[in-house]
This record gives sequence, C-alpha cells and structure tokens, in this order.
Amino acid sequence: MPHPFVVHRSTEGELSVLSLDGHLDAHTAPEFERAIQAEIDDGRVRLIVDGSDLRYISSAGLGVFMSFIEEVRDKGGDIKICGLVPKVRQIFDILGFPAIYDLVDSRDAAIQRFAEAPTREV
Amino acid sequence: MPSLEQKFTLHVPSSTQNLAMIRDFVSSVGEQAGLREEDVAKLELAVDEACANAIEHAHGHDATKEVVVRATFDERTLHIEVVDTGRGFDLGHLAPADVEALVHERRSGGLGMTVMRSLMDEVSYEIVPGDGNRLRLVKRLDK
Repeated sequence: MPHPFVVHRSTEGELSVLSLDGHLDAHTAPEFERAIQAEIDDGRVRLIVDGSDLRYISSAGLGVFMSFIEEVRDKGGDIKICGLVPKVRQIFDILGFPAIYDLVDSRDAAIQRFAEAPTREV
Repeated sequence: MPSLEQKFTLHVPSSTQNLAMIRDFVSSVGEQAGLREEDVAKLELAVDEACANAIEHAHGHDATKEVVVRATFDERTLHIEVVDTGRGFDLGHLAPADVEALVHERRSGGLGMTVMRSLMDEVSYEIVPGDGNRLRLVKRLDK
C-alpha cells in the first residue's frame, strides 16, 4: 500500500496555507502539484507550505517546489516553507534549497516573513 | 573468519505506487544490517530515487515491467542493486544538479542522482546488454 499523503488547505488572511501530511514521493507529488496549481489558478500566490506533519520527502516532492517558484514570484508572490522536521529539512539542505527559499521554523514566522518580504528574486 | 553475507530480493511491478513498499523493504534490510536510524533514512531515500528513476524514465510508467531491488550485506558493507529493463543512460554525463538553473527552467526533475550521491558512499551504474541496467548503491557499515 502507498504511504498516505494529504494536503490540508487553510487561509491566514490573504495568505494560503498548504499543510502537508504524510509521505511526499513520486507517487504523491502530483497531488501537491494540483494543490499549488489550484491556488495559482485562483490568483492566490502568497503561499505558506507547512511541513510540520510531513514525514518523508523525495526529490519528486522537492521538484514541485522548484517548478512553481518562478511563476509564483513573477506574479508577486512567494512560497515560504515552515515547520520541517529535521529528517526532511536535511534533504532541503543537501540540495541547497535555503539559498532559494525562505525556510522558517513556524507558521507564525512564515506569516512574519511575508510581512517583511512578500516576494524575492530567484 | 569469513563474515556471513545475507541477501534479500524484492520484485515489484514498475509503478510509483510501489515506492512505499520498496522503502519499507529497504528500511527493514538497513535495520537488520545494523545501520543507525539516520542512515536507514538515507538508504530509504537513495533507493526510492533509484527506483523512481527506473519506473519513470527507464520503464515509462509501464507497470507490466518489473523493478528488482537486491540487497546484500555483511559485517562491513551494504550493497543495493536496482535493476530495470529500460533504456540505459550514461552516469558519467550526469553532473551534480544546479538547483538554481532547474528553477529558472521551471523543471521538476533532475535531482535524483545528486540526492543518491549525497547520501551513499558509492553510486555506480552498469548497462548489461540483454540483462537489464543495474544501479548500484553502497553504504559502508560503521561497526
């Protein structure tokens, strides 16, 4: 059986929060992709991805972040990532994601980061 | 005294829905080999990457094909071999991923080999005409 993966959506004012729960791999990455695409299609490009309940990520999951970030920033938004557990954060670090993405500890910190820097250059 | 070698093999249809099963298998092998928890996690991810490549790129999501994961370990080393029957590639031409360049190209792929090389002690690849392609991962055991 595939390991479960769910994207929970909520909002914090004009920010959309996508909370990832479970295992994000090549099988489940399309679900995350659809969730981000739905936000963009809806004109919502200020996105917080909360990884507090993300237990596993492979490069297929990281690829979803890569493929959307320029489009989101071109539209004046950003993807801020928060709450990653150490096992997951390690993979972001190995691939140099902190140079490109804002990775912060908590959802509150992500909200604060949007207040300080709504978007950034790639 | 020669060390006892243990061998385990998993055959699965070439579908991404079987990646979780492959990770469970590899985790069990890693634990049995005596890897620390953090190294089991690294092994799990490296093999996931190898198998996802085989399923997507070598077999084109053709679930009538098969991915084989062979694990062998003794007291000193854990070897994993992922075998597919698709079109091979030249490992030597795969430079480490430049994430910034991939972002500019809006690509979602291209990270797998970099992840494998970062997590394992050795990564090699062999095309065996008529007998599949073998991606080999080696993890040395700290005992």
